[in-house]
Amino acid sequence: MSTDAVPSTSAAEPTFLFGKLGWNSLPHDPIVLSTMVVVIIGGIGLLALVTRYKLWGYLWKEWFTTVDHKKIGIMYMILGLVMFLRGFADAIMMRLQQVMAFGGSEGYLNSHHYDQIFTAHGVIMIFFVAMPFITGLMNYVVPLQIGARDVSFPFLNNFSFWMTTSGAVLTMASLFVGEFAATGWLAYPPLSGIAYSPSVGVDYYIWALQIAGVGTTLSGINLIVTILKMRAPGMGLMKMPVFTWTSLCANILIVASFPVLTAVLALLTLDRYVGTNFFTNDFGGSSMMYVNLIWIWGHPEVYILILPLFGVFSEVTSTFSGKKLFGYTSMVYATVVITILSYVVWLHHFFTMGSGASVNSFFGITTMVISIPTGAKLFNWLFTMYRGRIRYELPMMWTVAFMLTFTIGGMTGVLLAVPPADFVLHNSLFLIAHFHNVIIGGVLFGIFAAINYWWPKAFGFKLDPFWGKVSFWCWVPGFWVAFMPLYVLGLMGVTRRMRVFDDPSLQIWFAIAAVGALMIAAGIAAMLIQFAVSIWKREALAETTGDPWNGRTLEWATSSPPPDYNFAFTPRIHALDAWYDMKAAGVEHPAEGYKDIHMPSNTGAGVILAGISTVAGFALVWHIWWLAGLSMVGLIGAAIAHTFNYKRDFHIPASQVAATEAARLRQLQAAGA
Amino acid sequence: MSSTTLPAGNDKPVYYEIDEHPHPEGHSTLLGFWIYLMSDCLIFAILFACYAVLGGNFAAGPGPKDLFDLNLIALNTAMLLFSSLTYGLAMIAMQNRNLRHVQMWLAVTGLFGAAFLAIELYEFSHLIHIGATPQRSAFLSAFFTLVGTHGLHVTFGLVWLVTLIVQLGRHGLNPANQRRVACLSLFWHFLDVIWIGVFTFVYLMGML
Repeated sequence: MSTDAVPSTSAAEPTFLFGKLGWNSLPHDPIVLSTMVVVIIGGIGLLALVTRYKLWGYLWKEWFTTVDHKKIGIMYMILGLVMFLRGFADAIMMRLQQVMAFGGSEGYLNSHHYDQIFTAHGVIMIFFVAMPFITGLMNYVVPLQIGARDVSFPFLNNFSFWMTTSGAVLTMASLFVGEFAATGWLAYPPLSGIAYSPSVGVDYYIWALQIAGVGTTLSGINLIVTILKMRAPGMGLMKMPVFTWTSLCANILIVASFPVLTAVLALLTLDRYVGTNFFTNDFGGSSMMYVNLIWIWGHPEVYILILPLFGVFSEVTSTFSGKKLFGYTSMVYATVVITILSYVVWLHHFFTMGSGASVNSFFGITTMVISIPTGAKLFNWLFTMYRGRIRYELPMMWTVAFMLTFTIGGMTGVLLAVPPADFVLHNSLFLIAHFHNVIIGGVLFGIFAAINYWWPKAFGFKLDPFWGKVSFWCWVPGFWVAFMPLYVLGLMGVTRRMRVFDDPSLQIWFAIAAVGALMIAAGIAAMLIQFAVSIWKREALAETTGDPWNGRTLEWATSSPPPDYNFAFTPRIHALDAWYDMKAAGVEHPAEGYKDIHMPSNTGAGVILAGISTVAGFALVWHIWWLAGLSMVGLIGAAIAHTFNYKRDFHIPASQVAATEAARLRQLQAAGA
Repeated sequence: MSSTTLPAGNDKPVYYEIDEHPHPEGHSTLLGFWIYLMSDCLIFAILFACYAVLGGNFAAGPGPKDLFDLNLIALNTAMLLFSSLTYGLAMIAMQNRNLRHVQMWLAVTGLFGAAFLAIELYEFSHLIHIGATPQRSAFLSAFFTLVGTHGLHVTFGLVWLVTLIVQLGRHGLNPANQRRVACLSLFWHFLDVIWIGVFTFVYLMGML
């Protein structure tokens, strides 16, 4: 990001070799410059450590090229966590700016820099935090829950992950080389058009999202097919765990909405690169077309984010209440209804477009209707808890916090669904408070519940409860302190994305919000400490039974962490809560008769293809045409070369399976299970 | 949860499959490819929607009646329809396990596809030559993008086709190659269906 109000990069004359890229593309702003220095030193340090401990081969063979859905899931979670820290740094900078910029003060961020920060915050938090987190969870848990050994297309899974990472890398690169979009997270034209955003910021935005979008769409297809085709025998659709159901619906939404984003961004690209007139002000273009199209993707997107977490809350509530889920069938139907309804509400994001009373009424009503299945879900969770033996472990604590927080957020959403009210509140801080209320209170709390719930499965030891509780008690009150003032400010008419303020009476509310943000920062720090402490004390926290919470679904039927092949023998399903059913029936796991297990082989093709895509994206951002052309040809060539590899599988010999399973049996006996 | 569905009779329910049940490689590829095609179909849906909304915005420039030559488009459409027919013949040859015929019909399909592309490129160059460029109006932006995206798909189909002919030459009609021929078949016919939409919606209705 550059200091100048007018982007410095637009002034330079493009050259053949480097396109628009020049020395002046590097940061001048002391804040960004010092960040860059720290990141470079940290990066070199990290690479040096990896080299020092000779980890490159291990990382490449065991992680980067893996097609194991469990490892890919963990890599998604790490990506989400890293990007979360970046996105949160942006949030803290905004809070600091807004609390400072009163009484004639300009704060510490110039407008160009500030605009990039709020854009980057939104883009990163949705695309590179929430999406990797939910994709990671679904990747890790769904195949285990349905008793499968991997996903339907294991290579595609690896490729999808690296494409998402490629998008994240481009977004991060924009911090130090050039600048990011200064348009807001959905880059509305005409502001995002070439006339008003001539610099590379919007191009970074476009290519980062396009590349990551390929990964998201493919992983959506992959998980749909996995759920439809790979379920263990006996698991009919209405015997699937709720998390698998919500994942199925979320992935259907992904496949049915991300192509819209791809198309609309491609049209914006044509406007910017070729000079077409889709969204321009003249020659017949219509910028409202863009706004409609991007929200036809954007509204399903928020349900893509929340649905899998509804599944998490269902699993957690049922497990920690020691009861089967109340109203499983209604839960499934509510999920499906939300999936369908999420397509017919997009216009509520811009009632102010002026489409008339009838259209606005239609979309206002459909929006309110969505709260009915959502409300049904909340009652189901409450009735699951009713007369249950509730254990307030960390996943359950996050779930209760979610129920309280999300309900309030949902209610403010219903307020906004009333078109006349929305005319007053549109683009105000009330809206900001509302969607943070549901996204933090729903998505993020859900992810924290899920991490605490499935961590022992993934790593074989539990997370430290003390630091987890510290984190919880900083996060939840911190959220309320940080966002309730925004409701107040919104009602007083303060709009979003403001950098400086005139009215001194508003400052106190921003100060309270800043305190809340600091409490959240403490919560994040405590969570990182929780991870570190848990890894440090992993012997003491070890989990040897494979079923630490007295779980009900199949992922708890195998060891923690599960072997590469997940299940030595494919389970046969007789009941909804398959593992609970097996425990109740006293089923013994067979101790012999292992067979060779057919598994997919690792491949480096995903890393290579995504690497070339990153270069292609960078070249397109900077108009380095020769490099863009070269990498496009390379991309197609590499993809074709990959299709000439017909040998993509191997067998784990029965003897190795027997040894792994025998070790597990000894561990179980030692644990007295 | 005690009300499990016990099998009839006194057999104890089986909870683990002792025998590996076969998951033939690629058993779900066709379903996955179908879903991919539907996602691609959505991209076209958006482009059609854009054309529907913006297609009347000529910005005082030329409109469909000034630009389209239905005879040329009829020829073009015939090329693509013939290519679908010959692809069908390739599929029949594959069922008869006649490798040479599969390759031959795929090559014929490719030639028809290339002819389609050549005519389309001629049309585009002609339009640009007379000043009806994609930049001229929102109508032309939407027209070039919709038709051009279809053309781009056909181009990728051709690259795939050539690759597949080579791979058939190397490995014959093994299960993996049969699957690929079937997927490309879906892709090719899908492009045909999209073209029917383009032909009707853009060209025929434009000339009304």
